[in-house]
Amino acid sequence: MDLIEVEKLLVKYENAETTLREEAILRTYFLSKKVPAHLKEYEHIFSYFKASKNDTSTVKKGFMTITKNYSWMSIAASVLLLLGIYVGNIKFREYQEKNEALNTLAAVTKGLKLVSTNLNKGNQSFKKLFVYEDTLNKVLNINRNE
Amino acid sequence: MNESDFLKVVLPFKDKVFRLAKRLLVSIDEAEDATQELLLKLWKNKDKLATYRNTEAYAMTMTKNYCFDRLKSKQANNLNLIHNNYKENETSLEKKIEYVDSVHKVHQLIKNLPDKQRLIIQLRDVEEYDFEEICNIAQMNPTAVRVSLSRARKTIREQLKKQHNHGLN
Repeated sequence: MDLIEVEKLLVKYENAETTLREEAILRTYFLSKKVPAHLKEYEHIFSYFKASKNDTSTVKKGFMTITKNYSWMSIAASVLLLLGIYVGNIKFREYQEKNEALNTLAAVTKGLKLVSTNLNKGNQSFKKLFVYEDTLNKVLNINRNE
Repeated sequence: MNESDFLKVVLPFKDKVFRLAKRLLVSIDEAEDATQELLLKLWKNKDKLATYRNTEAYAMTMTKNYCFDRLKSKQANNLNLIHNNYKENETSLEKKIEYVDSVHKVHQLIKNLPDKQRLIIQLRDVEEYDFEEICNIAQMNPTAVRVSLSRARKTIREQLKKQHNHGLN
């Protein structure tokens, strides 16, 4: 590509009449060849444009974490829910066991009381029996002495 | 459309969106915000994405509108930090390329161009869109696009030449 061609293209370029292909030709020329002093500005301009195109955003990370955050939150929520159900269940069972124990205790006490009253009744009957035995012994003693 | 489908559609032009936003808003942080905003908007409309003829052009137009709105509200608030006060910190771009003073000057010159010219020069000379796509994205007619582009290119070259001739930094 000779200098006259390049200069022609540059005029077109400044009038915004070049095609993308022609601009690519200019770019390769100014980025690879030794550029004459009077066209030095273009070397800087084109290398600036080329460098600018490599600039990348770091947004991806942030954007991804935003969507990830939601999934983390749902996981955290479900874990909390499960934990709540688990702990609640344990507590409920403990409560139920305590209630049951109290009920059994009441039932046992009631039963024991019944037993003791019945035993007392039995005791009285025994007392009667003892009275009978005493009198019997007395009678027997009297008979033996005679 | 699930997340991976969405990313497949969006990733090819995500950096183009970022670069356009950075060109127009200058600040990297604001450009990241704009990109994020755009991705979220697209994500919300993800079911409609398939019906768009050209998702990339649509995204670029949305970016352009968003950035111009931001610029307008800034001017209305008299916050002119964009053109004057903003100090360019070392960007990945400047770190990657060997630091050439003149290349940096080109950056400064483009920064001082009117918003529309910056938009067009970004679309054509950096992203290499064809004229039809540029008209589509910029929502301008072909003549207006060519006039803007020509003015921008001439200004950059003339200013650069002037600085060289005066030996200014």
